[in-house]
Amino acid sequence: MTTVFEKELGELKERILKMGAMVETAIRDAVASLVDRDSELAKKIIDSDHKINALDVEIDEESIRLLAIRQPRAGDLRFITTAMKITTDLERMGDLAQDIAERAIELNQEPILKPYIDIPRMTETARGMVRDALDALVKGDAKLAMDVIKRDDEVDLLNVQVFNELLFFMIQDPSTVSRATRITYISKYIERIADHATNIAEMVIYNIEGKMIRHLAPPAEP
Amino acid sequence: MSEMSIAISEKLKSEVKNLNFYYGAVQTLKNINLPIERRKVTALIGPSGCGKTTFLRCFNRMHDLYPGNRYEGEITLYPDNINIISHDIDPIEIRMQISMVFQKPNPFPKSIYENVAYGLRVRGISNRQLLEERVEKSLKGAVLWDEVKDRLHKPAFDLSGGQQQRLCIARALATDPRILLFDEPTSALDPTATSKIEELIIELKNEVTIIIVTHNMQQAARVSDYTVFMYLGEIIEFDRTEKIFTTPAKKLTEEYITGRFG
Repeated sequence: MTTVFEKELGELKERILKMGAMVETAIRDAVASLVDRDSELAKKIIDSDHKINALDVEIDEESIRLLAIRQPRAGDLRFITTAMKITTDLERMGDLAQDIAERAIELNQEPILKPYIDIPRMTETARGMVRDALDALVKGDAKLAMDVIKRDDEVDLLNVQVFNELLFFMIQDPSTVSRATRITYISKYIERIADHATNIAEMVIYNIEGKMIRHLAPPAEP
Repeated sequence: MSEMSIAISEKLKSEVKNLNFYYGAVQTLKNINLPIERRKVTALIGPSGCGKTTFLRCFNRMHDLYPGNRYEGEITLYPDNINIISHDIDPIEIRMQISMVFQKPNPFPKSIYENVAYGLRVRGISNRQLLEERVEKSLKGAVLWDEVKDRLHKPAFDLSGGQQQRLCIARALATDPRILLFDEPTSALDPTATSKIEELIIELKNEVTIIIVTHNMQQAARVSDYTVFMYLGEIIEFDRTEKIFTTPAKKLTEEYITGRFG
């Protein structure tokens, strides 16, 4: 028999997944608005960020309510505290998608600097990390969460690569500085998204195994 | 069994080794091993009938009151190194050193003063000044003094339930015990009286080692340093309380403390 509390926990999980799906779509569309030079799509993302924010508040409020009413213990306690931390990361990712969309609108008003190759690749990896981190939460799969954490290095590496390439453009032709700087920003935003996915994966491992693995490894090279 | 052991040293007040207990032919405690750390609170939790109260009662030989009960193994009291449950040890002497506070407040039908002085008189203390000092100290220890100092010779039954329970704690403290046993000490009290007793337990551990049986898991989480989860007469898990309530190692413990048991 499912208790009322178990139902409430199930609903909380559903909301996190819904928020995750919204964030993932926002990231995908934000980069698409850049690559396809579709400023209308970019505006839509900016306009709908409030939905992600609302869900963040909702999940926090529900978590606080469950902490107060149910006084959860052990696995339940870990799940609810994990939920509260995960939504913060998801909400930030939503903001970053919005930032990408804003830069895309600016860039779309100018001639294209160069075809976007690494940015879509980074985005795919970062989105995959978000999706798998949440999958790991649903399935209770610590190995998958560990794998997400490892993939962060790939995104970091691509970010450095993009930066170096754009630096070269700017040195060669100062008229590219405004565009190149914006693309550098976007690359950094995506790199941050991957960091947030890593945070989620770390919390998922805490949820499953009760082990805090954050800040254990020395910081990776920038 | 226990995943954790407290280093055997002066840190231990007591140690339970291979304890078995039988009510006649029925074995209710099975191979219990447990360190009890000095001046810490150890909570015993588990479903009804798991043996936690039976276990608690072994510590002051309460089972000796009924024929047919049988202990096996050892409960060593440090630093004396005596086996509490040995036949050579006088249960009356043990109960002076290891006092119990029960579920319902059970003051004697005497005055407040005489309730606390009783154990001292049994010990043969009759010096009036000494008795007065010890009664005052015990009532202060139980955070009851200020409420009763002007009516020490009034009947104990005039006190509220929470006050009566604190009186029972003062009575238990009077003989300067090494270990205080609490058997669901707040289950008959309202939330305010409950939190006073809980505060008191945390205060008392500066002076005395405490073992508490409670059905209220949040209470175990609030007051104890170590938690023991028992099931069917066995210890399933023993660990720091914080660990038990965030990341228990055993599935059975997890199920019990998250309310998904059975």
